[in-house]
Amino acid sequence: MSKIHVSTTINGDTAEFLCDPRETLLDVLRDRLGLTGAKEGCGTGDCGACSVTLDGRLVCSCLVLGAEAEGREIATVEGIAPGEELHPLQRKFIEHAALQCGICTPGILVAAKALLEKNPDPTETEVRYWLAGNLCRCTGYDKIIRAVMDAAAEMREAA
Amino acid sequence: MRYLSPASFDDAIAQAAQAPGVTRFLAGGTDVLVQMRADIVTPDTLIDIKKIPGTHDIARAPDGGWTIGVAVTGAEMREHVDLGADWPGLVEAMDLIGSTQVQGRATLTGNLCNASPAADSVPAMIAAGVTLTVTGPEGSRTVAAEDIPTGPGQTSLARGELVTAVHIPPRGAGGGDAYLRFIPRTEMDIAVVGCGVNLTVEGDTITAARVALGAVAPTARLAPQAASAIIGTTLDDAALDALAAAASAACAPIDDKRGTVKFRTHIAGVLARRAAKIAYDRARKAQ
Ligand code: FES
Ligand code: FES
Repeated sequence: MSKIHVSTTINGDTAEFLCDPRETLLDVLRDRLGLTGAKEGCGTGDCGACSVTLDGRLVCSCLVLGAEAEGREIATVEGIAPGEELHPLQRKFIEHAALQCGICTPGILVAAKALLEKNPDPTETEVRYWLAGNLCRCTGYDKIIRAVMDAAAEMREAA
Repeated sequence: MRYLSPASFDDAIAQAAQAPGVTRFLAGGTDVLVQMRADIVTPDTLIDIKKIPGTHDIARAPDGGWTIGVAVTGAEMREHVDLGADWPGLVEAMDLIGSTQVQGRATLTGNLCNASPAADSVPAMIAAGVTLTVTGPEGSRTVAAEDIPTGPGQTSLARGELVTAVHIPPRGAGGGDAYLRFIPRTEMDIAVVGCGVNLTVEGDTITAARVALGAVAPTARLAPQAASAIIGTTLDDAALDALAAAASAACAPIDDKRGTVKFRTHIAGVLARRAAKIAYDRARKAQ
């Protein structure tokens, strides 16, 4: 089976890879590019652990083919922290102990960042609906929601 | 599997005509990729239509109707203020599907052609009177939304045909629509019953209506008797009772883990009533 050559942008850097036409963007990120932040919880669009943005739009990378990345801009959890410093969302997740095993965390950080870019002052209900597609088997969600609300407040003050 | 991304519908149709074995068209991928992973479908050729110009556009036609490109996502529909002002019920129905992430990819056309009886956008499309341009090697034809699904996972599209545009009729004055579904929680679930209502009023009187039901038959279906029950009325209690009875009578559901025949039949009436009230309020405000 012939491989497809794809040129794309990931976290602001150009990237090129060869992939099988059946490979998902999640497979490519993890297995070909070594970006293992996005996790595979289900592979069927149900858990959100594989969340990335594609041209700024939040998507499940398990529901995108690697070949579809041609000419697009992808952002993953690896690009969230500006340099050595953690992003406010990352800091607040640690402060609020909003994670246990951490499998869901990269997807939730990517999803929460996409929300706060669109809506810097969301209500708790808006955060809960926005993150409804990010499943966490450990935390019970309350700490996650508190961490996102707190990060949003801090980012509004800094803005 | 071959992955192709043609630059025009003509090329897509020519590629599909030449492709041996199983061909699938790829828009949002929220169903196709899941089916591929589960080995339900193993396409020999996958034709990605998202590079075709116009497939991402939401455009108002000169007559006030709307043409929605086949790759337009639920998220893009939700963000389109004018579309939402004209057709809030249809936009809300689409928005109910899946998570934020799924909304970033899922399309009306995909939801329709996946042909699930429980697809949320489909009763809303049928109620709105949506039509589709279906194009194949023989040319194009216009098909009503209710005539696309023919059974669970089955459509009336011939081999090599695909939907190339979605058309929503002009809203006009005094129109309103609504879609409601029943699920046992608040988000991220599949409809046990869905109901779309679209109507037009003059003063307080309903002059035209369409009612469609989902998840109560092998396909989403129009319920003409339910619409007749409210046309010519001011949606008084007697009209609502007649609407609910006709909606329940239009059901031919199955018993499954999500709901029994009895429950689904009853709920169809309840949802028809509630959706009609919302559509009626919206229509009266839009005069
Ligand atoms: S791995 Fe993509 S949604 Fe679960
Ligand atoms: S921290 Fe374990 S799944 Fe969320």
